[in-house]
Order: sequence, then C-alpha cells, then structure tokens
Amino acid sequence: MPDISADQVRHLADLARIDLSDAELTSLTAELAQIVESVAKVSEVATPDVPATSHPIPMTNVFREDVEVPGLTVEQALSGAPDREGDFFRVPPILGEEA
Amino acid sequence: MGDLTRLTASALAEKLASGEVSSVQATKAHLDRIAAVDPDVHAFLHVASDRALETAAGVDARRAAGEKLGPLAGVPIAIKDVLCTYDMPSTSGSKILDGWVPPYDATVVRKLREADLVPLGKTNMDEFAMGSSTEHSAFGPTHNPWDLERIPGGSGGGSAAAVASFEAPLALGSDTGGSIRQPAAVTGSVGVKPTYGGVSRYGAIALASSLDQVGPVSRSVLDAALLHDVIAGHDPLDSTSLTEQWPSMTDAARQGLKDDALKGVRVGVVKEISGRGDGFQPGVKQRFDETVQLLTAAGAEIVEVSAPSFEYAVAAYYLILPAEASSNLARFDSVRFGLRVTPQSGPVTSERVMAATRDAGFGLEVKRRIILGTYALSAGYYDAYYGSAQKVRTLIQRDFAAAFDKADVLISPAAPTTAFKLGEKIDDPLAMYLNDVTTIPANLAGVPGLALPVGLAPEDGLPVGVQIMAPARADARLYTVGAALERLLEAGWGHPLLSRAPALAETEMFASEEGAV
Repeated sequence: MPDISADQVRHLADLARIDLSDAELTSLTAELAQIVESVAKVSEVATPDVPATSHPIPMTNVFREDVEVPGLTVEQALSGAPDREGDFFRVPPILGEEA
Repeated sequence: MGDLTRLTASALAEKLASGEVSSVQATKAHLDRIAAVDPDVHAFLHVASDRALETAAGVDARRAAGEKLGPLAGVPIAIKDVLCTYDMPSTSGSKILDGWVPPYDATVVRKLREADLVPLGKTNMDEFAMGSSTEHSAFGPTHNPWDLERIPGGSGGGSAAAVASFEAPLALGSDTGGSIRQPAAVTGSVGVKPTYGGVSRYGAIALASSLDQVGPVSRSVLDAALLHDVIAGHDPLDSTSLTEQWPSMTDAARQGLKDDALKGVRVGVVKEISGRGDGFQPGVKQRFDETVQLLTAAGAEIVEVSAPSFEYAVAAYYLILPAEASSNLARFDSVRFGLRVTPQSGPVTSERVMAATRDAGFGLEVKRRIILGTYALSAGYYDAYYGSAQKVRTLIQRDFAAAFDKADVLISPAAPTTAFKLGEKIDDPLAMYLNDVTTIPANLAGVPGLALPVGLAPEDGLPVGVQIMAPARADARLYTVGAALERLLEAGWGHPLLSRAPALAETEMFASEEGAV
C-alpha cells in the first residue's frame, strides 16, 4: 500500500486551498491510501513504448477570426461577486498587510 | 386530451403542431405533475413555473400567428443544474454556488431557447457531477421513481428521475464517466453521451474537460434523437467543438423503426464488460443475454470482441478525472462568484479566506477528488499516476479501434447492477466508483454511447439498461440500432417499460383537489 501520511494529506489540502477538520483529515488519509492503491494498477500496462493521450479527439491551433465581439458588461461580470468596490472585485489582503 | 405528461416528446410535439393542445396546457400539466410528485422524488432544485408558462404562451402566440416553428417547439424540458442559465440559479449541486445566477446561458441552453423548447427548471445532481447516486448533492438526494428508497443513478439522477416520473418529457444531462447513461439504466429511461466535441461544453460547469459531454435524456430513442439534433453542432466558444456537419439523428432513429433495420448489422459483445465478471447482478446479465438473442433473431450478426485494457479503465479514470477536476475547481476562489467564508480566527488574508470558503462550500467527495487529483499531479508522482493513466487511455482507444474493425456497434450492460438502496454505498468510495465500469471506457476514448431499458431484473423488479457504443462521429448508428432494439422490445412487452413503474402518490394534488370540493 502506498505510504500516505496525514501530514502529506494536510500538505495536499494546503496546496488545494482547502481547510480540513481533524476528522476529515483522518478519514481522507485512510481513503486516499486505499484509492491510490487501487488506481496504481495503471502502471502495470503503461510501458515506455505507449504514447500518452491527453485528449480523446486531438485538435490543434483552434483559432477564431480576430474580430471584436462583445464580452460581459462590468455589471454582469460583478453580478455574482461576494464583495465589490465600484467596478472592482473586493478581496481581503493578499499579502497579510494591514487592510 | 388525456394525460399530457405520459406522452413522448415526439407525440406531444405532433399534438402541438396540429393545434390539438397548446404549449401552455402541456407546460401546466408538467408543472402540476412536478408539484404533485417532486416532494417525494426531488428531481428538481429549481422550478421556474411563471417563466415556463410565459415562454409557452409566447410559443403558442407565434404558432397561432402562423409562424413556422421547430419540431420540438413548445415541448417542456428539464435542465441539469451543471448548465448555466441566465434566468435560473446554476449550482452544479454545490453549496459553493448556492443561489448563483450566471450572467450567460450555456450554448446548449441557448439552442433550446432558440428551438422554442420550454425550460421547466433545473435538476438535481451529485456535487459538480462527482458521483453515481445523487447522494453527493449538497441539496439532498433524488429518489428513484421505481422505488423511492433507491438511488436514481448519478450524477444526472435528477434529469433521469424527472423523465422517468413524467415530470418532463425531455431533459439535458452531462456525462463524464456515465452520468447520463447509468441514471438512464437504473430509472428505465434513455440517455445518450454524444461523441466528444459533438455538443458544445460552453457554459457547462467543468468537471473534467477532456471527458465531459452534454447529451439528451428522454423516454424514447426517437425523443433523444430529436433533442440531439437541437443541441449538436460546432460552437466557436468551445475550442474542442468538432466542426463537422452532423447527419440528422432523428432520421437515423426513424430508419431504425423500419423492418429489417438490424439485418446484417455487426454487433460486438465486449467480453470484458459483458456481465460475466464479478460485480454484475444476475438479472442484469440475464436481460443483457436476452437482448443479444433478440438482436440475433432480428438478423444482426453478433461478434465477440475483446478489449483487454478496459480492465484498467476505472483506475485510469480515477486519476485523470481528479487531476482535471482539481485544476477546474480552482476557479472557486471566493473572489468572482459563489460563496465567501471568513475564517473564525487568525489573520484574514485572501489565501485563508479561500481555504475556509472551500472547506465550507465543498462536500466530502469533492474534497476527496481534489486532493486525489492534487496528489496525482504532484512532482514525483506525476509519471507513475497521471502519466500512466494517459497511456492507458491510448490503449483503450486502440481496443476500441480494433473492436470497431470487427463490429459496427458494441453492446454491453449500461450499469453492472440495478438501482441500489440510498445510503448503501455512500461510505465506500471505491464501491461507488465501480458503478461506472461499463460506461467509463467510452469517455476515455471519446466515442458515443446510448443507454436504453431492456427489461426488469427478475430478482428485484427494477430496470436494466444496455449500452450501445459506436465509433467517434458515428452517433447516428446509435439511434438506428437503439430505435430498432427499442421497437423489438416494446413489441414483445406490448408497452413501454416505464408504463410498468409504480404510480407515485400525488399527495399535494389530491389534497388541493379535495380542498376545492
């Protein structure tokens, strides 16, 4: 079974920006180890000679005509914002400085 | 006039076109049905009664004025809540989007409106389409109309239950690993995952972008085809949208209703997912085998094909999907839309607000998959997990290519079991993931699949579905073979399967009618 520790899950949760309760951390650590063990079988057949596929029907250079099209209005763009100031999204301090 | 909610979409459309019934009457009948049975079924998260009646009245007025309307004009439809609608909340089943009304329509929704269908409301789903039972909806599960104690499948259990309980003749779904086809199987309805890129994903709240596909949900193959024709086609707003001209799926379905439609069609039975292995319920296997016999008797040529890599499909899927989901769901950052939660203690920074918001806004399955995806993409594990899963994807595509050398279409059970009890698998993620063992390969390869009901399992009396798969871009074949099979089955039964579903108690309706007396 792959070695997945609670510390590692805490780190992954930090990277994914999700606070976890201690109870969630405990259950997720156990479940994650079980799931990873079960999905690790992909490496059995993934030999070096097999190319990777990222997309079912590959397409390249998908461009549209370089013409202006209307986008969202400011009001539309801000319509779902949790907080705003004038025409801007208002957010808490980014770097922890005084607001 | 009869009960308008029991009609197929195509039959209702004929009555609308002939003027025998109005869209307002049809819409009202479905809204009444929703009011009567949805307290028990809970297929809907939002019902837009007034707006639906307004839309219907507009269609009636234009028809009365002699305007030429599309084939489904005036027909009511339910829309999965994963799809953005500018006039209805779009939550994707998540608390983090509770009450959010998008500033635009998904392309498929725009197409529905342009074709004059009447949106009734938004249907329930597992949160961000992660699940096979709708139990992961933040707003409570949907119940299977065949047995209210059982799951309606997922993630699109709301759309499937809505059509199966006659709340709507049509619905839209989305299918990332089986979310249209598995709910169809367990509710006795029809569902189609089109070829990847055949239907626009613009405005569909993304789960796994290389797997997601929007498609029709209905009670007949012809109805699914009519809806497919409305939503298909190139969309410049989706850079993965295919540019081809699609043939009429409706014509393809009508071809299947002719005698001898199955004569000489090569139907491949995929050994690895033909019901022989562990995890397949005996009644599912029995009905599947009978279906193969029925196809043989109708002149189809049955060939056995092998797809050895399918054994690795679920494992590859549960690496690729979480990896893509962990990236897609990063957009829920408490800044531009959705929930914002301020941490109870400590400094209030954007980063801490974001983490507190995502803790409060995401359910456990969503957290589980985001963290799994973050793990699969981390340095040191990427090659072993995500990289290997992408190679499995190549192998699965090769298996499909080899199979389609021998067969025109492939067939398998659409789900390994009938509907299980609510709560039965909720605490066992791995058991839940195996519900999609027969549907996942099509998503990994991008090929289309159609699920339709083939009978009831003898041991529990619940619906069993089969899945028909075709090569990428050959969606029309699904409709011809599907309609032909449906016709044979219904000729044998003497009625559509859903007419066998138990009547749902119409508590509120009776209460109000009695009150009026």
